[in-house]
Amino acid sequence: METFMEYFWAFVIGGGFCLIGQLLIDLTKLTPARILVTYVMAGVVLGGCGVYEPLVDFAGAGATVPLTGFGYTLAKGVKQAVQEDGLLGAFTGGFTAGAAGLTAAVVFGLIVARCFKRGDKMS
Amino acid sequence: MKMTNNEYDKLTKKYSPNTKMYLTLPKAFVIGGLICCLGQALFNLYTYLGMTELHARSVTSITLVFLSALLTGLKLYDKIAKHGGAGTLVPITGFANSVVAPALEFKTEGFILGTAAKMFIIAGPVIVYGILTSVVYGIILYIFQIMQ
Amino acid sequence: MANIIKDGTINLQSAPTISSYASAVGKKEGEGPLAEYFDYISEDVTLGESSWEKSESKLQQYAFTNALSKGNFSESDMDFMFAGDLLNQCVASAYGARDTSIPFFGLFGACSTMAESLGLASVFVDSGAAINAAAVTSSHFCSAERQFRLPVNYGGQRTPTAQWTATAAGCAIVSPHGAPPYVKAVTVGKIKDMGVTDANNMGAAMAEAAHDTISRHLANMGQSIEAFDLILTGDLGKVGSDILIELFRKENVDISEKHNDCGLMLYDLKKQDVHAGGSGCGCSASVLCGYILPQIAKGNLKNVLFAATGALMSPTIVQQGESIPGISHAVHISAF
Repeated sequence: METFMEYFWAFVIGGGFCLIGQLLIDLTKLTPARILVTYVMAGVVLGGCGVYEPLVDFAGAGATVPLTGFGYTLAKGVKQAVQEDGLLGAFTGGFTAGAAGLTAAVVFGLIVARCFKRGDKMS
Repeated sequence: MKMTNNEYDKLTKKYSPNTKMYLTLPKAFVIGGLICCLGQALFNLYTYLGMTELHARSVTSITLVFLSALLTGLKLYDKIAKHGGAGTLVPITGFANSVVAPALEFKTEGFILGTAAKMFIIAGPVIVYGILTSVVYGIILYIFQIMQ
Repeated sequence: MANIIKDGTINLQSAPTISSYASAVGKKEGEGPLAEYFDYISEDVTLGESSWEKSESKLQQYAFTNALSKGNFSESDMDFMFAGDLLNQCVASAYGARDTSIPFFGLFGACSTMAESLGLASVFVDSGAAINAAAVTSSHFCSAERQFRLPVNYGGQRTPTAQWTATAAGCAIVSPHGAPPYVKAVTVGKIKDMGVTDANNMGAAMAEAAHDTISRHLANMGQSIEAFDLILTGDLGKVGSDILIELFRKENVDISEKHNDCGLMLYDLKKQDVHAGGSGCGCSASVLCGYILPQIAKGNLKNVLFAATGALMSPTIVQQGESIPGISHAVHISAF
C-alpha cells in the first residue's frame, strides 16, 4: 500500500506540474522556452524558501522530475556550497549540483546526433 | 471603409479556434504523471541497489535524459509530445529533447557550428536563468551567513 | 502590350498563354485529396539529398524539368526564369537553377511567390521582353521548420491556427498567345500590416492583403465578383479564409460561393493533422500548376482570380516584437 501511495503522489503532483504548464501554454502566448525558464527559476526560489523540500519528501519523483525539481537541485547545491566555501559557493554550487542532468544532455545529445538520421515528421 | 488594427484583432479572435483544453489538459496531466512515475520507479530501483538518495536522484535524471535522447533519435519523442504538450515539456525529458533535437537537426551544418553551437538554442535560456537565480540565492545566503 | 490601368493593376492585352505547367510534391501532399493531379510524388522527402535545403532545390528542379518536357521545350527556349522560395537568400531557387544557364530572377514574396513569379513572367512575355519565361516556386516542410520555427524533432504542440508548410513545388511556363489558359491581368499587392503578431496565425496576418488586392483588381478592371468562377487565395488556411469572407461581407459582397483556398485544398484538414491548413510557396504553386491550370485548359473553369498571399515575416523581426506584414498578388487566368 505504501508503494502504491508513493506512485500515486508522484503521478498526481508530477501531473499537476504538467497541468499548470499546459494551462500556461493554452491560455497565455508563452512559448515553451519561456515556460521552462519560469519553471526553473520558480524551482530555485521555492527551493530557497524551503517550500520545495517537503514536497520532494512527499511526492518523490513527482517533484524532482519536473524542471522545478532541477531548480530545487540548483538551490540545494548552492546552499551547501555556500556553507562550505562561502561566497565562492554561490558561483560553484549550481553547476555542481546540476552537473548530472546537464552533462547527460550534452553527451547523449552528441551521441544521438552522431548515430541517428534526421527525422522528417511526414508520417 | 478602413478597418483599424483593433477591429481587425477582434475579427482575428472571432475566427481563431481555441485549443481544445478538454483534451490537452488531461493528456498533459496523465503523460506528465506517467513520466514522473517512471522516475519514481527508477529511483526506487537505484536505492534498492544500494545507492544513496542523492546519487539515486542523479542517476535517475541521467537515465531519463538518456531515454528521452534515445526516443528523440528514434523520432518518437515528438510524436508523444504532440499529445503530451506540457506533459512532455515540463519533465526533465523535455529539457533533454530540447537539447538533442537541435543537436540532431543542425548536424548538416557540421559538428562544431551545427550540432555543438545550436545544441542549446532552446535550453540555453533555462540554464542561463536557472544558474543566475541560484547565484542570486547564494549571495543572499552568504550575506545572511556573515551577518549572523 | 502591357498597360497599367491604375493602382497596381496591369492589363495584359496580348493575353499570353501558360503553355506548360508541372507540379512535384512530397509524401504527405501525395496522400491528400489532390494526389491524382500531381506530376511527381516523392515518397522520400529527402529526395536522396543530404540536407533539407538541397531536397527543396531538387523538388523545384523536378517541377521545372517536368514543365519543360511537358511543353516540348528545351532549356535554351527559356529567356528568363522567375523563381522563389521561403529560405533565406532564396537558396532553394538559386541552387535549383545552378545547373541551368537561364537568366535568373530570384524573388521573395513568402507564400505569394507563385502569383508574383507568374505575374512577372506574364508581363515580360506580354511586353515582348521575353518569348518564353518560367515561373517556379517551392517550399519544404523541414527546411522551413528549421529556419522559421524549431528543429523538426523537437516535441512541441502546434496551435489550432498554425498552418503546415507544404513540401511541394510548381512551375508554369508563359509563352505568347496560343492555347488556353491565358493570363489576362495582374494586380500587384501592397504591404498590409494589421498588427497581427502571432507567427502561428499567418492566415489572419494575410487576410487583409488578399481582401485589398482582390478589391483593387475588381475595381480597377471594372469587374464584379460574378465575372469569376473561382476566387482562389493561396494559403490563407481556415482562419484566414473565414476572415477574408467576413471582410467582404462587411462590404455587402458575398464571396463564400466563389472562394476557395489552396491551403484548404491541398490537405484533408480532418484527417491529415495540418490544423488550419497548408502554407508555403509550394502549396499554391502545386495546387495551381497541378490542379487549377489543367481545369482551365479543359474548360471546366472559365475565369479564375488567383490571389496568392504571403506573410512577409522573419523570425528575427518577430522576436523584436514587430507585427507581421502580409501581401497578396492577383493574377487573372482565363479559358478565353
